[in-house]
Amino acid sequence: MSDILIVERLRKAFGSEIVLEDISFRVPEHTATVFIGSSGSGKSTLLRCINLLEQIDDGVITLDGQEISAVEADVDDVRKKFGMVFQSFNLFPHKSVLENITLAPIHARGVDREQAVDEAMDLLNRFGLKDKAEQYPDRLSGGQQQRVAIIRSLALHPRMLLLDEITSALDPVLVNEVLSLVRELKSDGMTMLLATHEMGFAKQVADEVCFLHGGRILEWGRPEEILEAPKRSETQDFLRRVHEAGRL
Amino acid sequence: MGRDTGGESGVTPYDFGGKWQPSPHEQARRQARKHKNRRNALIAALSSLLVIGSLLIILFTSPGWKSLSETFFAWAYGVEVLPKILLGFGTNVVLTVIAGTSVAILGLTIALIRTSRSPALTPFRILATIYVDLFRGIPMLLVILLVGFGIPALRLKGITNNVLILGTLAVVITYTAYVAEVIRSGILTIHPSQRAAARSLGLTHFQTLRHVILPQALRRVTPPLLNDLVALIKDTGLVSILGVTDAVRAAQIASSRTFNYTPYVIAAIVFLSVTIPLTRFTDRTLRKSIERQNAQGNA
Repeated sequence: MSDILIVERLRKAFGSEIVLEDISFRVPEHTATVFIGSSGSGKSTLLRCINLLEQIDDGVITLDGQEISAVEADVDDVRKKFGMVFQSFNLFPHKSVLENITLAPIHARGVDREQAVDEAMDLLNRFGLKDKAEQYPDRLSGGQQQRVAIIRSLALHPRMLLLDEITSALDPVLVNEVLSLVRELKSDGMTMLLATHEMGFAKQVADEVCFLHGGRILEWGRPEEILEAPKRSETQDFLRRVHEAGRL
Repeated sequence: MGRDTGGESGVTPYDFGGKWQPSPHEQARRQARKHKNRRNALIAALSSLLVIGSLLIILFTSPGWKSLSETFFAWAYGVEVLPKILLGFGTNVVLTVIAGTSVAILGLTIALIRTSRSPALTPFRILATIYVDLFRGIPMLLVILLVGFGIPALRLKGITNNVLILGTLAVVITYTAYVAEVIRSGILTIHPSQRAAARSLGLTHFQTLRHVILPQALRRVTPPLLNDLVALIKDTGLVSILGVTDAVRAAQIASSRTFNYTPYVIAAIVFLSVTIPLTRFTDRTLRKSIERQNAQGNA
């Protein structure tokens, strides 16, 4: 398996506060890498750095053999290769579900409208949201909004997905419909990078789990190693607290 | 089937599956509410009658009322001058339409320049900021005088001396500064996550602005912009100082001929006949916009 994404010695600081330090990892094609860690450990920032929404302070990010952290890299072009989904959905409230999905294919990828609509309807149909195509986001449940947001990122045919705590704003009943969609994408062979608090889900979907703590990767490995027999005391501590909160 | 809820409150036990009938308790509550509403309406009517009635009595019994009503409310004379004032008001309407359109285009342009981050636009951003600071801070009457009398004094070739054009120009200069700031504040209220979502989909800065930020921002600032439109209609009356025969000027001419001030009152009524409906419309738009935002917040 070839590596799609390689991150080497990434560093990111906001002013004097160091958020990410010495982050290095590889994401092979068709695999899912899950980042766990408490709030403020740098998970979201890491995903935003990879998508070039944040400027990194040091290190190299390589996508398909090309350095995307280079100054001359075409930012808009790089972003089309990632499908990013946010905790707060961030659908465009003034556009219908269909328009949300077709906006970027039409304007960023230059697909003609008819084809973009066809593809969007196929995706909506596949994920059981066909009857919501003409609805506006505020008429949908949180779970439906998040599924639309995932479909919106899929419509760009991304090389990989970046999923940033996509279930954190949902109530437990709605979490499942979103996670089963992600599981389906995983079994289709989609490469993905996730930040999540759902440990059960991490165990099911992850090929590799990374534990982030204070901006560093403290421990990484197979999900059963990290989630069931962690070596570092910080990891044990984190998992115990998650377990106490009832999310395991 | 039922559940005993105590009985003391007069609430009958629930009858699951039965058809709902207001309980005696609810009926008593509705009765009490009706009684209270009736009492409130009575109080409101009495207090209004008292306050407005006394104001009217003070007005009508004042020693100068008779002469005042003759100078300001000579309706027969008012009807006589109405056509001239209406004709003048046509100028105000035309001015409003032309100035309003120009202000919308220029205001949007300046707002976009001020919110852009492109290094190439830096000099324009500085100029736009200076412009807005200047013309939001100068009384419009002064701008009208400066433009109306200043530009012709330059005696430049090819520059018009037409007071109507110069007056419109002054109005446009002032209102563009106001409107640019309203639109800019609208752009700034759109949450950064919307931009992040659009940019992460590979849309460029301009595409993000055009398809995601501006449509939401403009919808949000529609009520304050309509408010500015009402103010613009009134303020077109200020160009009369340059000698433009608008409604205000027409009233002035009519009243100076007879020393009767009724034409001013007529002019005021003509302005109100347009601004009051527009204000009501603005209020309704604002209410709808708030409702829509609340609906989004609940989703």
